[in-house]
Amino acid sequence: MSEFSNWDIIYNLLMAARWTVLLSLTAFVLGGLVGLLLLMARTAGGAWVKGLVRCYVELFQGTPLLMQLFIVFFGLPLIGLDISPWMAAMLGLTLFTSAFLTEIWRGCVEAIGKGQWEASTSLGMKFTQQMRYIILPQAMRIAVPPTVGFSVQVVKGTAVASIIGFVELTKAGTMITNATYAPFTVYGFVAVMYFLICYPLSLFAGYLEGKFRHVAR
Amino acid sequence: MSLVELHAIHKSFGELQVLKGINLSIDEGQVIALIGKSGSGKSTLLRTINGLEVIDDGAIIVDGKKISDRDADLLGLRLQVGMVFQQFNLFPHYTALENVMLSPQVVKKQSKADARKVAEEMLIKVGLADKMMHYPDQLSGGQQQRVAIARALAMKPKVLLCDEVTSALDPELVNEVLAVVRQLAEEGMTLVMVTHEMRFAREVCDKLVFMHQGRIHETGDPEEVFASPKTPELSSFVGGLA
Repeated sequence: MSEFSNWDIIYNLLMAARWTVLLSLTAFVLGGLVGLLLLMARTAGGAWVKGLVRCYVELFQGTPLLMQLFIVFFGLPLIGLDISPWMAAMLGLTLFTSAFLTEIWRGCVEAIGKGQWEASTSLGMKFTQQMRYIILPQAMRIAVPPTVGFSVQVVKGTAVASIIGFVELTKAGTMITNATYAPFTVYGFVAVMYFLICYPLSLFAGYLEGKFRHVAR
Repeated sequence: MSLVELHAIHKSFGELQVLKGINLSIDEGQVIALIGKSGSGKSTLLRTINGLEVIDDGAIIVDGKKISDRDADLLGLRLQVGMVFQQFNLFPHYTALENVMLSPQVVKKQSKADARKVAEEMLIKVGLADKMMHYPDQLSGGQQQRVAIARALAMKPKVLLCDEVTSALDPELVNEVLAVVRQLAEEGMTLVMVTHEMRFAREVCDKLVFMHQGRIHETGDPEEVFASPKTPELSSFVGGLA
């Protein structure tokens, strides 16, 4: 067995942390896009569409992320779709993220007063124009703290992907621990790295809040 | 021919019948005041003229064309009929200028330069030349309401609806808004307003419409109507205010 210096540990963890960042970003961006579409459906759709979106949200909020990943990873092969750990993790986290963001953003859209809808309607705007120019810009500001707060949950949620064999930060930590027998040191570094990813997100939230300050409170 | 004609307008909210067959014609350049107690249906009537409330029965005819409840028709209606609200409803994330420019750009697809020209013209007209770059939360209620009027005017509507435009204002700010409305009336703008400012209605309006329990109860020249109300309801309404 070869010797690991602290620098070897950090180097290997950093390499794996790239996958944590990539997985988080992908899940957050794709989840955000799906969430936006679901939000539109939830806001403008008929009773049927609204009901479907609500079921979707409840389903993902009411089950553990771990189970969602297991079902994607072990379930899709049963219907003949072979799926890599990376694809499974990305798909699972995207679905999970979209459900939570839809629900967070729905609350923000509903917080915008009826008067804003009526004024823009009376000026001849259509639904998509109202959303784009009036409702979403205002909803975005109130959405920043919970959205960024949730993005931190997504980053930490990627750790679950280690269970299905995807080598991200946590899985790399486990592998290095198995080789070095120094769990405290290794997991200490792992924790620091998660913190270094998550803390800037909080700073970013503060910056965005300042930027959108001209919104009714 | 009237600019806007309302024929037998019916509207219910659930079990509650709010409008029970309203007939009203609005001529070009006419200034009409809708008065009546709260719950008489006057605000609902005003909102049907701009399609904010979709009618259950009856017909709205603008410039000889019947408005159906299809989206395209309602959109066309709103391009001809502007509206100013009691609560201003300015867009808080845009400056006064942007508030006024937005719809001409987005809805009428005007160029930014054209929209800006019209917006500046309208803001100057309502006396806010020095407030164009201010956000709504930096303006007084009276200034906000004047921006709202400029915003509606920038769409060049044929009719402007005013829904209790001074009711949310502090007393000392009421006059600056009424002065703008009076100026519009004098310039020949077609106006329909729900108002509790009886003296203003009497001075500025050509026609007074008194609503009671979802119907037009009495209508006529403001001077005559105020001087000699024909129905006991109007008499007590006017008397209660004097």
